[in-house]
Amino acid sequence: MSFTKALCAASAIALMSGAAATAESLTIAIVNNGHMINMQTVAKAYTEETGVELNWVSLEEGVLREQVTSDTATGGGQYDIINIGMQEAPIWGAAGWIEPLNFSADYDVDDILPAMRNGLSHEGTLYAAPFYGESSMVMYRKDLADAAGVTIADNDSWDNVKAAAAAIHDPENGVYGACLRGKPGWGDNMAFITTVVNSFGGAWFDADMKPALDSAEWNAAINFYVDLLGNYGPPGSEGNSFNEILALYNEGKCGMWIDATIAASFLDVDGVAYAQSPNAGNPVGANWLWAWAMAIPAGSPNAEAAGAFIEWATSKDYVQAVGNHPDFGWDSVPTGQRASTYAIPEFQAAAGFAAAELAAIDSAAPGATDMKPYVGVQFAAIPEFPEVGSAVAQEMAAALSGAKSVEDALAASQAAADAIMREAGYYE
Amino acid sequence: MAIVAQSSKFSTYGRPVLAWGVGLLFFFPIFWMVLTSFKTDADAVKPEHLIFFTPTFDNYLNMTDNYDYWRFATNSVISAVSATAFTLFVSVPAAYAMAFNPSRSTKDVLMWMLSTKMLPAAAVLYPMIFLAKSIGLYDTHILIITVLSLINLPIAIWMLFTYFKEIPKDIIEAGKMDGVNTWGEIKEILVPLAWGGIASTALLVFIFCWNEAYWTVRLTTIDAATLSKLIEGNRAPEGLFFGRLSAVSTAAVGPIVVLGWFCQKQLVQGLTFGAVK
Repeated sequence: MSFTKALCAASAIALMSGAAATAESLTIAIVNNGHMINMQTVAKAYTEETGVELNWVSLEEGVLREQVTSDTATGGGQYDIINIGMQEAPIWGAAGWIEPLNFSADYDVDDILPAMRNGLSHEGTLYAAPFYGESSMVMYRKDLADAAGVTIADNDSWDNVKAAAAAIHDPENGVYGACLRGKPGWGDNMAFITTVVNSFGGAWFDADMKPALDSAEWNAAINFYVDLLGNYGPPGSEGNSFNEILALYNEGKCGMWIDATIAASFLDVDGVAYAQSPNAGNPVGANWLWAWAMAIPAGSPNAEAAGAFIEWATSKDYVQAVGNHPDFGWDSVPTGQRASTYAIPEFQAAAGFAAAELAAIDSAAPGATDMKPYVGVQFAAIPEFPEVGSAVAQEMAAALSGAKSVEDALAASQAAADAIMREAGYYE
Repeated sequence: MAIVAQSSKFSTYGRPVLAWGVGLLFFFPIFWMVLTSFKTDADAVKPEHLIFFTPTFDNYLNMTDNYDYWRFATNSVISAVSATAFTLFVSVPAAYAMAFNPSRSTKDVLMWMLSTKMLPAAAVLYPMIFLAKSIGLYDTHILIITVLSLINLPIAIWMLFTYFKEIPKDIIEAGKMDGVNTWGEIKEILVPLAWGGIASTALLVFIFCWNEAYWTVRLTTIDAATLSKLIEGNRAPEGLFFGRLSAVSTAAVGPIVVLGWFCQKQLVQGLTFGAVK
């Protein structure tokens, strides 16, 4: 009986002991990427300096989106700072779910790369500060390309890229010409596929926001993608996304990989060279633009302290703090956010991919154009996009695996996207 | 004669080999996880360091220094112990009532309880989140304990009902004749007689509570976050951090594996209840 009483007492104490958030503590929801992990260590200095306790809630990307979206949309107030991407920032800013950011003059907001600043703003107001950013580029094995007698140039044609993949492709010796994303997901296979479609002159929606997946451009782009990856990619590519391909690449099994520029900092094989993403003869290249940024949910009681932390975490000083940290160094600094980072000699010496990454980010154009009436490169910054993108992603994976023809997959994609957009009220 | 000899040979050599094979097959992922937890993230994905590598404790040190492992572990203990206690507190009287005082609808009630397990959790995710937030219970132990208890009540009642049915009704009746009230019957007669069944039910419920990830990840932030959330938070979409993830997973499943090892007899009894009837 005494055990039961002790158990009840312990439970009661535990139930009542929920640590209430104070003004001196911030709860920060982050995606669990390398740079974010490092921040938890580097930020100990911030706590020592300011006395502000930092509670980190590290979440897998999908769960983070789920939790942060439901919390922010309902004004739940669980988090003082949230990690959001470029897809969410302009939408949430327009909806008033996140606070506009105002920093001191020392912060030098003009140092943030223009593509990032524009992608994280709504009507000229910055709603999220980039912690790190990325574009996409070709990361190829120059040693294998040289041995096969082929070259890959910046903004090469897709035909030349395919010819190079065919020449390098040597499955008997465990080398595949091209490793590309095939795993279904709007942030997985559709990120890459959308850039291919863009480079073929296609877009997700027409000027009336009607889905355009039944266009000739989509047909040509998806046939090319299925042909390239199906013939010269590793088996089971419909299950591969960033991490799976990274493992293959570091095992020496990929001749080339077109993916996020951040991948370059994880590559651990000899003979890697970089080139800007290919295109298909029109002004739009096949490179994307993404940032993981920090924002403050609207109505946060700790908005001032949250703003001060974001200012520190996305500042030039933070880059210096990581670069000079004994546990990290200049090859670990967050990139893709500030022009000044690329001018640091120590960083240039440590990161062989720096120039290629900066060129890729600078050439990405997230703004709406005549070709696409929406903001975003590999996504459309509208609330319905994750649903549309996820539905199409399944169809593209089916086409890649051979379960469906490209034509059938695109017809099914068009029907699904049309139903979603119609229901959302974009048109009758 | 030849068939008998062959059968005997299989019993002597074949069965143990088969049993060891199956055992090793099931144990291999755990072995691999523990082994990987002592590798650096870089070594964890290098084929040349598959077996031979320089072991490091950095992943474990990093886990306690940077990820506040003990806070998550404490929350797991509080949630799993309290939810198990609450589940038993409700399920023992419920199973008692249905086993010894059945009505015409007892079978239907049991089936209805089981049917609640058929509802996909995702179907009620957002209502649960909004409800929890509107009544101010989001990210509290009381919410997690309630949810874990409700999830496990059907299986606990079913298991206890099966155990209690094996106890002769006459013993309970005799207690009644001696003037023992209902609570006395449960406490003084039923619990001592069905102690093994109650213990194995408690063990299984505890394991289910400890391992539960869907709700504990989604209904918590900081204060009530359990080890499941710690593991979930170490999955990275960009980057292969298998060494660190393995260390976190090992530290999360370690306590439950040790508990299961010491209580395997009761566990097997619980898992195979009714199988030899």
